[in-house]
Amino acid sequence: MSMLKIEGVHTFYGNIEALKGIDMEVNEGEIVTLIGANGAGKTTLLMTCCGSPQASKGRILFEGQDISRMPMHEICQLGIQQSPEGRRIFPRMSVFENLQMGAITQDPKHFSSDLEMVFDLFPRLKERINQRAGTMSGGEQQMLAIGRSLMGRPRLLLLDEPSLGLAPLVVKQIFETVKKINSENKVTVFLVEQNAFHALKLAHRGYVMVNGNITLSGTGAELLANPEVRAAYLEGGH
Amino acid sequence: MASAFASSRTNGPEVVKELAFFAVIALMMSVMILGVETVDRPTGLELAVRWDLVLLAIGSTVVGRLGLIFRRENISRLGQAILITVSAVAVFEMFVRFRDMDDRWASPVFLDMAFSSVVSVIVSIAFLAIIFAAAYFSMKDKTAVEVDESAKLSSKIQLMYRSNTKKIGLIGIIFFIIFPFIFGEDRSAIDLATLVMIYIMLGWGLNIVVGLAGLLDLGYVAFYAVGAYSYALLSQNFDLSFWLCLPLAGIFAASFGIVLGFPVLRLRGDYLAIVTLGFGEIIRVVLINWYDLTGGPDGISSIERPSFFGMAEFSRRVPEGSIGFGELFGMDYSSMHRLIFLYYLILALALVTNFVTMRLRKLPIGRAWEALREDEIACRSLGINPTNTKLSAFAIGAMFGGFAGAFFATRQGFISPESFTFLESAVILAIVVLGGMGSQIGVVLAAIVMIGFPEMFRELAEYRMLIFGAGIVAIMLWRPRGLLSFRDPTILLNMSQKEKVAGEMK
Repeated sequence: MSMLKIEGVHTFYGNIEALKGIDMEVNEGEIVTLIGANGAGKTTLLMTCCGSPQASKGRILFEGQDISRMPMHEICQLGIQQSPEGRRIFPRMSVFENLQMGAITQDPKHFSSDLEMVFDLFPRLKERINQRAGTMSGGEQQMLAIGRSLMGRPRLLLLDEPSLGLAPLVVKQIFETVKKINSENKVTVFLVEQNAFHALKLAHRGYVMVNGNITLSGTGAELLANPEVRAAYLEGGH
Repeated sequence: MASAFASSRTNGPEVVKELAFFAVIALMMSVMILGVETVDRPTGLELAVRWDLVLLAIGSTVVGRLGLIFRRENISRLGQAILITVSAVAVFEMFVRFRDMDDRWASPVFLDMAFSSVVSVIVSIAFLAIIFAAAYFSMKDKTAVEVDESAKLSSKIQLMYRSNTKKIGLIGIIFFIIFPFIFGEDRSAIDLATLVMIYIMLGWGLNIVVGLAGLLDLGYVAFYAVGAYSYALLSQNFDLSFWLCLPLAGIFAASFGIVLGFPVLRLRGDYLAIVTLGFGEIIRVVLINWYDLTGGPDGISSIERPSFFGMAEFSRRVPEGSIGFGELFGMDYSSMHRLIFLYYLILALALVTNFVTMRLRKLPIGRAWEALREDEIACRSLGINPTNTKLSAFAIGAMFGGFAGAFFATRQGFISPESFTFLESAVILAIVVLGGMGSQIGVVLAAIVMIGFPEMFRELAEYRMLIFGAGIVAIMLWRPRGLLSFRDPTILLNMSQKEKVAGEMK
């Protein structure tokens, strides 16, 4: 059954149509990735799912419920958590406080077990627990951003470019953890990425976005083998 | 002199040339501003010249420049310090003469001050000593090692402060509690302490809004006014006691906070500041013009004083059916009793404010305020409702403003819109910013500096603004984020505060 279903969504920034009728779905238990060039509208689509900006046409269904007119904070409370672009951790708070912020809408009784779970995934965060988040490295901050969204007990996790500005080795590590989150913690993942190679290798299915439209879709392996995708996103790298 | 320069890069004639250049600039700048004055004589307006001021300006420029040349050439640290001090004193003299000109050829201001009172002597010596020390110990003459040491010293002080915040806070509270016992008979000391305490409370209240939630509120005095007027009106029209009105004043102020907050909290930054500024003014203008209710510019007078928790009265002539405070405790009547009681009352209110703030910071709502200050989008993506969160900060801050207002009304016994001008908002905001946003002890320090010092040195009123300005410049240079501007995590795991701070310093 599809967990997230996007039907004919249009989103505007003023007069500019950023999304021109998107249809896609994310099934329960999947990792779905959305790849595309800069300015294709990937982040806009992800943010539209979260309600900011709101879609001006079309519907977004989360487990059958239309969320396209709900405010962002209510959507988050349904079980969708996002790790926004550029990480957006709270730099002056400690790692622990950041993780507490992630769990702010949750029942406190889950807190310690969730914290254990996050520390199992990211042992590095445990070492840095009292450090001010802004003083950590980019990779650690990304781990914190993902860990923080996991503290909100999501069923669907939206990740926006977790590889942004990170060293290849760290990127690999992050993607492995995302896989683990999906397979072991049973969290459905919707991943927006520019790093098409890693993303497609990881994902069960993928979509390709060009100028506000979905142009291609298929399983990760299919897209990896697709000559158009190879030419546009993969040649030259890796 | 000439031999001193012989070894350096600059030679004698060049120094003279430089000094002459600056003398000419000083002459050009001062001659029109300081040099001429229009005087109202019986024969009509006349121009009078004030060569003494111009000479002082030129003299201080030349001497100060010479001091700077000494610094540049690394000549005699003592000489540098003396020259710079002399120049600073001359500038000071110039300012003072510029302000009150009548007795133009009187003895220099410093001598005048020195003869006037003991406090003045102390202050003027301290002033000289500070400038001298600053000039003497400033960096130019130091080797790299010494600079390193001074940096270490400042971080040591920081470390000491941060690992002992609790102790410092406790010592502060104890000091304020025993304060009346030390200055028991000194009416002005208690009055001043009460005033400072009002501003500490207002600062703590505003700190919730500005320091924690990061909402720049330029109209905080509006809530202070709402609290004051709601107590005054309730007690006059419905004869309610202070103890009943105090919570009501808080509730009224909080509801005003919500009413204002609802439409404006979608604004951010500068826009929010402007709207809150407008709101503060609206409240004041309404108070002036709603004559029937508020008495307009005449204000409300003979506001009821608080009783001793409804058990005893503080007035000399006790009304029928109640007893005096002195009687209750078997003491003679003293007018100080009420003042000391008021002092303890505001101390208790302020401590409640502080306690509530500290508790809230540890609760999810307080954490959400701080997070909202740092990143609103991240907060929304974590499921925090930004409007409600901001509104709660606004309302709670306003509530404490309302409490302080009710206290203010009962202490003064008279209120008018005059007391609630924009200047008050600005002072309270300055206390919060000067203390370091979000720092509770910082607010106390800043309130003492901003309110206490000007009152203590009232006899130096002429020079207050001068020193105030110098202080602001100094703060901007050395502590641009406020006196105490660290934010430590409210919760630490498996580590003492000391280790944590030490770890961060390394």
